[in-house]
Amino acid sequence: MVFSYFPGCTLKTKAVELDRYTRKSAEALGIELRELPEWQCCGAVYPQAKDEIATKLSSVRALAEARDEGLELVTVCSGCYHVIKRVNHDMQADEDIALRANNYMKLDNPYHGETRVLHFLEVLRDRVGFDELKKKVVNPLTGRKIGAYYGCMLLRPASELDFDDPENPKIIEDFLRALGAEPVVYAARNECCGGYVTLEDKPLAVKRSSAVAASARAQGAEALITACPLCMYNLTKNAENGLPVYYFTELLAEALGVK
Amino acid sequence: MPDQKQELVETIKRISGVNPRLCMKCGKCSATCPAFDAMDYHPHQFVDMVDRGQIDKLLASKSLYTCLSCFACVERCPRTVEPARLIEAVRLAVIRQQGRNHFKADQLPGLLDEDLPQQAIASAFRKYSK
Repeated sequence: MVFSYFPGCTLKTKAVELDRYTRKSAEALGIELRELPEWQCCGAVYPQAKDEIATKLSSVRALAEARDEGLELVTVCSGCYHVIKRVNHDMQADEDIALRANNYMKLDNPYHGETRVLHFLEVLRDRVGFDELKKKVVNPLTGRKIGAYYGCMLLRPASELDFDDPENPKIIEDFLRALGAEPVVYAARNECCGGYVTLEDKPLAVKRSSAVAASARAQGAEALITACPLCMYNLTKNAENGLPVYYFTELLAEALGVK
Repeated sequence: MPDQKQELVETIKRISGVNPRLCMKCGKCSATCPAFDAMDYHPHQFVDMVDRGQIDKLLASKSLYTCLSCFACVERCPRTVEPARLIEAVRLAVIRQQGRNHFKADQLPGLLDEDLPQQAIASAFRKYSK
């Protein structure tokens, strides 16, 4: 199994462990993640306005490169997944954005959304399969009560991301079961941690992330897992009475015996 | 409504892709908004006030900077109005003007800590500055 891989800016800096455990786990599962030779930051937030073109081009560039390699494009960071997948949707569905982006890019072969974008969790669910993953677990996380924290970027809007049921997702719970852990379902698992507002209005980020932690704690979670470095930051630095938080790939590497 | 103001309202509707007339005033967007308490004008008010052309108050609203872009209002709107897109378009109408960046590079060093991810910094510049 070979995929193009877009690590993203934060996985090369503050979230190197998210990247490292992803690569180790992929190797253990026989998945080759081929890092795009040239990639740029996706911009971290999806530019929603229809006349925002330049801010979408780094995603288009990555998507076109993966297309030219003939591979699907895998991301691990929730933010990169959200931005690149939505820009891909624009390139498929919005003729005006596609025309103007292609005018900027001057590619030999114009891009119209041909690449399939996958989150690494989707690779585990849809390509490896959670049943197969379970067979490869050498160090099951038996007895560990873990809350999946989805946040926003993986799920919404579901009409474009098509990742899981946006109000009652189960992919990370199923992932945790495959690793032998006990998933803890709690109400705030798909509510916002505060995101980038930590730089604008820290008390708001404290309030939001604390609400997530309290919701998880009330249902008996002993730890949380996330795919997003910004969620990781808010849940560890801003949440009052927080829980230990891990990247999902850290637990995966642990269970596969490659941590 | 003066022509210039009308033109701005039309631009906001066009670049957001939002048709406020689809709204059936159920208030679900504001009910589900995680930043509600930190806002002066709330998501349902953005929809209503753009429709009425009451744009001046929105251009000065702190809500432009407390919207979390979490897309809860987008996902949960039963009429696919997508209020977050409207809030972003109004914010752009402000920060695209000369000298109106809300977040400036010289503010950043005072806000850094050793764990702050690049993702947060890139997001803040993309959301609050042009």
